[in-house]
Amino acid sequence: MLELRNITKRFGAVLANDHISFKVPAGTIHAIVGENGAGKSTVMRIAYGFYTADEGEILVNDQVRDIRSPHDAIALGIGMVHQHFMLVEPMTVAENIVLGAEPGSAASLDLKKAAAEIRKLSDEFKLAVDPNATIETLSVGQQQRVELLKALYRHAQLLILDEPTAVLTPQEVEEFFVILRRMREQGKTIVIITHKLSEVLAISDDVTVMRDGRVVGNVKTSETNAAELARLMVGREVLLRVEKPDAKPGAPVLSTKDLTILGRDGSKRVDNVSLEIRAGEIVGIAGVEGNGQTELIEALAGLIPSSHISGSIAFEGHDITRTDARQRKELGIAHIPEDRHRRGLLLDFSLAENTILGVHYRKPAVSAGGIFLDEKGIQRRTAQVISDFDVRPPNAALPARALSGGNQQKLIIGREFGLPPKFLLVSQPTRGVDIGAIEFIHRKIVALRDAGCAVLLVSAELEEVTALSDRLLVIHNGAIAGQVDPKKTSNEDIGLMMTGGHR
Amino acid sequence: MKYVREILFPLIAVLAAFVIGGIVVWIIGDSPWQTYKLLIGSAFSWPDGIGYTLFNATPLIFTGLAVAVAFRCGLLNIGAEGQLYVAAFAAAWVGFKFGAQDPGNTAITPFMHLPIFLLVPLCCIAAIAAGAIWGGIPGVLKAKFGSHEVINTIMLNFIAVALLSYFTQYRYKIPGDPILQTAPVSPQAHLPTLGRYIPGFPERIPLNFAFILAVLACVLVYIFLWKTKWGYELRATGANPSAAEYGGVSIRKQIVLAMAISGGLAGMVGINEVLGYRHSYYDGFSANYGFVGIAVALLGRNHPVGVFLAAILFAILLRGGIFVDAFTLHVSKDIVDMLQGIVIILVALRPEAIFGSGKKFGLMKKAKV
Repeated sequence: MLELRNITKRFGAVLANDHISFKVPAGTIHAIVGENGAGKSTVMRIAYGFYTADEGEILVNDQVRDIRSPHDAIALGIGMVHQHFMLVEPMTVAENIVLGAEPGSAASLDLKKAAAEIRKLSDEFKLAVDPNATIETLSVGQQQRVELLKALYRHAQLLILDEPTAVLTPQEVEEFFVILRRMREQGKTIVIITHKLSEVLAISDDVTVMRDGRVVGNVKTSETNAAELARLMVGREVLLRVEKPDAKPGAPVLSTKDLTILGRDGSKRVDNVSLEIRAGEIVGIAGVEGNGQTELIEALAGLIPSSHISGSIAFEGHDITRTDARQRKELGIAHIPEDRHRRGLLLDFSLAENTILGVHYRKPAVSAGGIFLDEKGIQRRTAQVISDFDVRPPNAALPARALSGGNQQKLIIGREFGLPPKFLLVSQPTRGVDIGAIEFIHRKIVALRDAGCAVLLVSAELEEVTALSDRLLVIHNGAIAGQVDPKKTSNEDIGLMMTGGHR
Repeated sequence: MKYVREILFPLIAVLAAFVIGGIVVWIIGDSPWQTYKLLIGSAFSWPDGIGYTLFNATPLIFTGLAVAVAFRCGLLNIGAEGQLYVAAFAAAWVGFKFGAQDPGNTAITPFMHLPIFLLVPLCCIAAIAAGAIWGGIPGVLKAKFGSHEVINTIMLNFIAVALLSYFTQYRYKIPGDPILQTAPVSPQAHLPTLGRYIPGFPERIPLNFAFILAVLACVLVYIFLWKTKWGYELRATGANPSAAEYGGVSIRKQIVLAMAISGGLAGMVGINEVLGYRHSYYDGFSANYGFVGIAVALLGRNHPVGVFLAAILFAILLRGGIFVDAFTLHVSKDIVDMLQGIVIILVALRPEAIFGSGKKFGLMKKAKV
């Protein structure tokens, strides 16, 4: 169906794709895996006409084709679903799907005809999408199916899916895979870009592994395993499991009592949560995103105005409910925020300026008078973080924007670990971070725990919370649905609790 | 790379504006070469050209810095115009109320007779404080109620102008004076011209100590923004308020602070105008300094050095325009406004959109998965 031959693409001095070649036979599911920056999205964007290759050729159904725009790709039966949905929220499913491919003559819009056609497609692939529903009323999983329908409506024979499972719950991932298999049975070809090895093994027929812009392996899924794929991706042996000794919990460090948090719109985001975290343990919170995790973490970090909070938060026995973010940092509460671009970094500021965020008012960031920034002190601290946390490239003058996601995250972690913390709030520590850095970050968090720090961990990756946590709380609709032992509970059971079901 | 972009891009914008302006001049029927020689060359004669250029640049340096500081905090201060009026009035009021009466002042009796070394600083402080308050109001409104500073600063411009016209007309004018201006300030409130101290530089040129203050303000703003923890907090707020908040910075405090500093800097125009030049508050004296300040900050990349250079450029044009008006056949001094407009449009373009090289790097980041 699709074949790429020697695709090469440069962005300025960066070689994003270096002679990429692989074949995707019709009626198969083909996975492309690789770390961040390996060039996997770039190559598929070339196939979809977003970029044009500097060298190489694209063959569709054994014919060399010139794909200069997504328009060309669509005409050849290639569709793409992006990681971030491109949907107009207040409009209906049908309106979204026909957008850019409106039926009827130029002046009139035949939505009824379109809706009927969409319903037919939806039934054919058992997608269960109502063409007349508005997008904002749909769940994330349903929205993704709308994106699939968009491509199918344009008669796509080959679908490129960019990190499709990033936003789905474990159950939704299962359903999604059922849909993909059904599409394969109906003769569609699917290319799935991902970095989750378990999914590659579960769904794909063939795998192309990329590293540093090159193809480092083309293998049949049935003839490989996670360890081999990880080694190909990273270029060395990788520990896929978190190795950690049993926790030795000490005295309680942070506790909440009947903590209720209201959102900006006045709705309850966190509902009567009482919890306790002890020194030397990692408490994980599992839950579908948007069930109050963000608000809980932000409230503990002092980032939600106390007028929106009822109940109390205590740190080492003292009530800190009404203290602000700076006072909590002073106490030793570190925070690795879920969205490093929004909260964690000043992207246009240098690494040096970023390593003092939050401690910029005290030594070593300021000199003796307490007013002027101490350039030498800042440089020393930055050099320390860069070397301790292996931030690359190790150049303190670079803007944070120039770093990869993994290195940005290491910079934030280095900054927060330098407080030093007695209590660590950590949210999505490895989102968008490559496997090598994930291993590194996990080890650092466990080491911090072993040094006696209390850790509260939130992650959308169920595997991550179960692997790291000593105790696991499941949150649903802002309330704690239960506590489980992560070693003894299956992901399916946890997934059920996450969606409000019972074990 | 960063420096090349920061310096080269505004420079190219200016040159491109001159090329476009030259074409317009040629179409109108004058020689672009002659016109530009008048426009720019007249600024470099000694002592008048240089003296007047620096004098004209003084208010623009203050307003440019004002807009730049607010912008570094992510705020757009459109109200420098109102702030500098209020400040100039405050300086004048202190000037005629707290010092020995000027012979021409037949209307207002001062409270006290302060000596020059007290009165001048007091007038300066009054100007800065009044500007800071007038700028701080929209800051407080934004911090407390979330109302947009652009709307509120514009509205406060109108209020300032109307209020000060009233006070000038009905309270502090010398009866019978045909000009809408307040009584003159005390001679003890005069800021000396630089001509008094520079040999060969005539005293009739109004360049005064306010220019030294402007240079000083550039240095202080630079130190404040990049060398102190307060400047760090202000810039962090402008760069990413969420991250600043996460770093324990109070966004509300920063908004009020930035607007007050911005207003105070704009207010320093009053020092140049009242203490250094006219020696009274003259209704409507500002040649749109507050608004040109936005252009100065934009062209100067919101950096004190850039602001200084941009203010000089605009001052050159301001003076050159008069000569173009007088000595060319067709072109009028409106060419200056046109050039300013073109420069600003060009500077407001994203360099990436034109050169593409930087943009590719941006795409590369997005391409990563």
